[in-house]
Amino acid sequence: MFNIIASGEETNILRLPIYEVIIGAIAFGIVFFALAKFAFPAISKTLEDRADAIEGGLARAENSQAEAAAMLEQYRAQLADARTEASNIRAEAQAEKTVMIEAARGEAAAVAATVTERAQAQIEAERSQAMATLRRDVSELALTLAGKVVGESLTEDARARASVDRFIADLESETAKK
Amino acid sequence: MSAVKLSAEVPCPVVPHLNSGCGFPAPNAEIFFLEPYATLNVAGMDFLIGKTSIIAALVSLIVAVFFLAAARPRKMVPGKLQSIGEQAYLFVRDQIAREVIGKDGDRFVPFLGSLFFFIWISNLMGVIPGAQFPIMSSLAFPVSLTLMVYITYMYLGMKHQGPVKFFTGAMFPPGVPKAMYGLLAPLELLQLVVTRPVTQAIRLFANMFAGHLLITTFTVGAYYLISPSIVGVLGSATSFGVTIILTGFEMFIQGLQAFIFTLLTAVYIGGSLHAEH
Repeated sequence: MFNIIASGEETNILRLPIYEVIIGAIAFGIVFFALAKFAFPAISKTLEDRADAIEGGLARAENSQAEAAAMLEQYRAQLADARTEASNIRAEAQAEKTVMIEAARGEAAAVAATVTERAQAQIEAERSQAMATLRRDVSELALTLAGKVVGESLTEDARARASVDRFIADLESETAKK
Repeated sequence: MSAVKLSAEVPCPVVPHLNSGCGFPAPNAEIFFLEPYATLNVAGMDFLIGKTSIIAALVSLIVAVFFLAAARPRKMVPGKLQSIGEQAYLFVRDQIAREVIGKDGDRFVPFLGSLFFFIWISNLMGVIPGAQFPIMSSLAFPVSLTLMVYITYMYLGMKHQGPVKFFTGAMFPPGVPKAMYGLLAPLELLQLVVTRPVTQAIRLFANMFAGHLLITTFTVGAYYLISPSIVGVLGSATSFGVTIILTGFEMFIQGLQAFIFTLLTAVYIGGSLHAEH
């Protein structure tokens, strides 16, 4: 307030002192130099770098997402494979089991048949032996009895023996007819 | 400022009071003419170093240092200072350069940014305590800036459109009846060469001049009226209140004028780069 120039001096507000125009130009020039040469290029570069970093980050995130999706797909495929394999193995085992049971059953049946056959053969052999023994005993008995009745021994006589045998065969056929 | 003397006994002080018997010292153009502290003679020219030149140097230093400091960290996650610097840069780039000039506006961001922040901080000096003098209210500063803007867009226009085509293109805008050219051509030429720079400089100067004058008037009024009476207290308080309100309004005008000056510069540069069609 107190350094106002004394009244009476020129106070034309539209005066244009050249030195002040120059001071203004220099002051602006300093600002322009600092901003154009250093500050704004640096700020612009920083902004670009940041945009790059953000975009790069997004790309990376997308990449890893795709990777994860691919891996998931792979796991799923593997799981499906494993399931198929397991079911195959199960089916195979089932089939094998059936075959084994079948084989065991067959074997057992065969063994049983053999045993039965053998037993039957033995029974048959014993029966025919018993029959032969019985026939001989009966014929001897009959001859002895007939000899006693007739009073002579028919034991040595072949004819007597043959008639007894014929008698027995007749008896057998009659029994068979009945 | 001249106080009208009502009584002859005592001479009026520079800033008189109601009770001193002196009339209200309404501030006039004299408050814009400050006594220089020193005179420097450089190359035969006298440089008067006063408040104006000191504030100009201060503004230049503040803007340059602020942006250099803000640009230095270059962090991916910016701190406060870097963030403000980036916002300031983006404001000039997106709201002024790209908005007005288009996609080739990026290379004018340093020029436009320097203009905006130099003018804005200069204007703010009108209300910052201690400085309280808007240097743009001294016509030489707006003229200095306008000259640089003028040279820039004249050069760009002649370079991009041809030294003759630049003027004829402006004088004969397409889509106008031929008969109108007789009237329009001289006006358009005058507009391009004279009216544009003069109005650009005067608009900034006059706004800052008027704002400073208003604030000073009410500030002086608040002191002049204060006295231990109801009228004195009420009058002074009203005047002081108006000063506060005007200061707020003035801060808005300061930003707005810086923006308008820069925006017009962008419009003129854009007009020089691309012919009207």
